[in-house]
Amino acid sequence: MQVTCPVCGLPVDVPDDALSGEVIEHDCGTVLEVVRDEEGVRLRPLDDIKEDWGE
Amino acid sequence: MLRIGVAYDILRWEERAIADALRRNGAEPQLIHLRNTFIELGRGEWPELVLQRSISHSVASESASALESAGVTVVNGSLPILLSNDKLLTASILSRAGVPTPRTVAAFTPEDTLKAADTIGYPVVLKPVNGSWGRMVAKARDEEELRALLDHRLYVPGINSQVFLIQEYIEKPGRDIRVFVIGEDVPAAIYRVSDHWITNTARGGRAEAAEVDEELRELAIRVAEAMGADILGIDVFEDPRRGYVVNEVNAVPEFKNTVRATGHPIHERIAEYAVELARR
Repeated sequence: MQVTCPVCGLPVDVPDDALSGEVIEHDCGTVLEVVRDEEGVRLRPLDDIKEDWGE
Repeated sequence: MLRIGVAYDILRWEERAIADALRRNGAEPQLIHLRNTFIELGRGEWPELVLQRSISHSVASESASALESAGVTVVNGSLPILLSNDKLLTASILSRAGVPTPRTVAAFTPEDTLKAADTIGYPVVLKPVNGSWGRMVAKARDEEELRALLDHRLYVPGINSQVFLIQEYIEKPGRDIRVFVIGEDVPAAIYRVSDHWITNTARGGRAEAAEVDEELRELAIRVAEAMGADILGIDVFEDPRRGYVVNEVNAVPEFKNTVRATGHPIHERIAEYAVELARR
């Protein structure tokens, strides 16, 4: 499916089986997060998560 | 069918692998995207058991606590996550449990931190009490360097500048160990090999399979018991004088490099353990 990039407005290819929380890097350079809810699938810029549990 | 939750903020390889492994073990994974939901305390239709996989320390502990209010068993629970979020609390718990750790000092002013470093002896390692991937961890070879680091720390946003944690610098053999505990099992360990003293794989450390000997196994179990945790990644130094010394503890550990280096499917063990716990 194609979803509009919230930053550049161009279409982004999102796999039909994409899960909420998946991360997609768009050609415009924005890192996007898939959000799937009752209204469907949308994209939002991925916030920088500052805390982590690295390896 | 048995439902087991997987709570996360970003869906990484680890969370997908755990979800697939849960299916192979006869459970239905319920993916809980914590950045796309809310939790009302004491209410809600949640699985009886949820595996906590949030990258964010605060989201991990707070969401675990919120789910626990609704009677959900969260693995790891909010308390061990809170403890492991804080390097000073972790060192305190381990010290009380008699687990060998680097000599550690807490000070609450830069002046006292300098005095503490004289007591420990240089070089020392200055750490923030929160954080991982080795960020903001710095080595001071002498008082001049420590003074500079302390000055810089006062102006770094997000760092708790009231609490100063310093540790003795341990001369590692170019590597440290990340060992995994899942329940009472210690399935795998890796060496994190690096020319730099910070060895995190996210910082360029190379993962190589490490043997889990009996001493390491017993130490890892003792750490998990002391922290009250089910699943841990434990960072261990090999001190030339004292042997194994526990440096830090991770309550939501990444493990893709461990799976790749050791061939040991950590995700399968986590799924098996979760299914076993849920069926108890």
